[in-house]
Amino acid sequence: MALTSGNASTPVLSGASAAAVAPLVAMDGARCRVTGNWNVQALAVKGEVRRLKQALAAIKTEGGWDLSDIGLLDAVGAQLLWRQWGQKIPAGTALTEGQQALFQILADHPVSEAPPQNATDWLAWIRAIGVGWFVVGEHGRKLLLLLGGFVLDFFKFLANPLRGPWREISAQIYRVGTQALGITALVGFLIGVVLSYLSAEQLEMFGAGRFIVNLLGIATVRELGPVLAAILVAGRSGSSITAQIGVMRVTQELDAMQVMGISHGQRLILPRVIALAIAMPLLVLWTDAMALFGGMLAAKWQLGLSIPWFISQLPDAVGLTNYRITLIKGVTFGIWIALIACHFGLRIEPNTESLGRGTTASVVTAITGVILIDAMYAVIFNEMDI
Amino acid sequence: MTEAPIIDVDNLTTAFGTHVVHKDLSLKIYPKEILALVGGSGSGKTTLLRQILGLDRPRAGIVRVFGRPVHDYVGAERVALTHRWGMLFQAGALFSALPVFDNIALPLREMRNLPEDLIREVVLMRLSWMGLTAQDAALMPSALSGGMVKRVALARALALDPELLFLDEPTAGLDPQRSDEFVELIRVLHRELGFTVVMVTHDLDTIAALATRVAVLAEKKVLVEGTLEKVMETKHPFFDAFFHGERAVRAFGATNSKDTDHGKS
Repeated sequence: MALTSGNASTPVLSGASAAAVAPLVAMDGARCRVTGNWNVQALAVKGEVRRLKQALAAIKTEGGWDLSDIGLLDAVGAQLLWRQWGQKIPAGTALTEGQQALFQILADHPVSEAPPQNATDWLAWIRAIGVGWFVVGEHGRKLLLLLGGFVLDFFKFLANPLRGPWREISAQIYRVGTQALGITALVGFLIGVVLSYLSAEQLEMFGAGRFIVNLLGIATVRELGPVLAAILVAGRSGSSITAQIGVMRVTQELDAMQVMGISHGQRLILPRVIALAIAMPLLVLWTDAMALFGGMLAAKWQLGLSIPWFISQLPDAVGLTNYRITLIKGVTFGIWIALIACHFGLRIEPNTESLGRGTTASVVTAITGVILIDAMYAVIFNEMDI
Repeated sequence: MTEAPIIDVDNLTTAFGTHVVHKDLSLKIYPKEILALVGGSGSGKTTLLRQILGLDRPRAGIVRVFGRPVHDYVGAERVALTHRWGMLFQAGALFSALPVFDNIALPLREMRNLPEDLIREVVLMRLSWMGLTAQDAALMPSALSGGMVKRVALARALALDPELLFLDEPTAGLDPQRSDEFVELIRVLHRELGFTVVMVTHDLDTIAALATRVAVLAEKKVLVEGTLEKVMETKHPFFDAFFHGERAVRAFGATNSKDTDHGKS
């Protein structure tokens, strides 16, 4: 074997110059000496792998490689050398027993070449639109099945009410209703104050200050109260129902229920839907009351309307019809939110990302749906002249 | 052994509320050994592991890892420490939102500055080493069988070639053949990579096949430690049930020495 000339014993490459542990490749006579630490910690220095690759590629040695002075060698460092060697140990290479074993493992487990990148699909967006419609259709179908299942379960419940899941219903009413009293009161009160404060100014310009009762009464009881309460409950209880059922999927609790012959519809969906159908109208009334209370206080500050007068005017301004509308909306929104939350909860796959996506989709769908249903009610009641 | 211990648990007391799990527990673990922590359910084996990993804080006592209290490692030092150990969680703890490949590549990518093609080769080599194919790399963890989850989790624990490997019930939930293969895999890896293993296990076969030393947790402390033979000679109700019960006779009956080949060789 001829001596390679010129750059013999010149360091081909050094890492951080002072550090003795940096991986190093150098010609030493005919042999190429590999020194320093060839482990993942030493290699994870910016640009290190690229420089080493260039250095390794530049070496054309006939005399084999000498790894006896290497500090630490792990699978990452070995992989780097291995690839440069062309997936075989070069002739005349000195290896310790441990290194031999390590490279033997690499030889036993060859890695295939990277698969070619798929060509860009220019029509993917058209396909995405089509798939989107199918997904929406699938959701609609499942939701209809869920609703049908709920109706059947509800009739079963009515036929034999004593065997119904009363404890769950009661627990759910407490969770979605009682525990939501604080937040709905706060938001309702503040919205009432703001609405009254802003409209009082306008009404006063026309000298119609006392019509604030009608404006506030109709606006909150008919529209704002139900929608506000529904949005809060969808964010608060809808998300928690979806997450709860979703985690039950992840922990196989849903499967366990099925194995024990306990129907999801009866034990999970029915109590939640009934609980929200009961709690929601009550929450809506509560929100209405708080909004009117806030509006009443603001009207007193702004317009000097006395509180007893305001209260005495309310029944004439709002009327029983609007009161009924608020209750009907409350029940509908409650059922809608519970069904949507259960629907998305049951669709969650056993992984964390699906859980996050499902919860988001549940809240967004529930709120959008609430506003759509509200618009539908507006049209229906308008046509009915009430 | 005169060598400096790699892990030194010193008079550890752990308690949850009023429930005391460990009382003045001391344990030393030396480089290159395979220590099996055994004990009945609820004897605080996994809790001890969590203490060593610094996931929980002890009520009293110190846990030293690589010569320093584990809670003294903060910031960059803690990160450097985590590169030196790997943990196989009982249920795998694979990131369910990431496919198998990314699960194993994650610790390598977290190192920064390693090129993606090198990471790819290292990950695929490790998968192949664990007996998994390149097709498996694209699967999501939810699509894996129990045995595959363990293998992928082991590949992830070994991604950075740690000096210290923690195994929590490595063979729980595997069928006997898979379990034997897994034990064999760990044994080969231990021989070739020379790391230290701390494993919690109930499985007598695994202990017989792997452990160089056994520490028995009972009565809130390490009751006995030593080789399997020494531990088995101890007279205590727990040992009678655990090491001399019917299952033990089955496991140790023919191969009462860990020199004997276990399963396939």
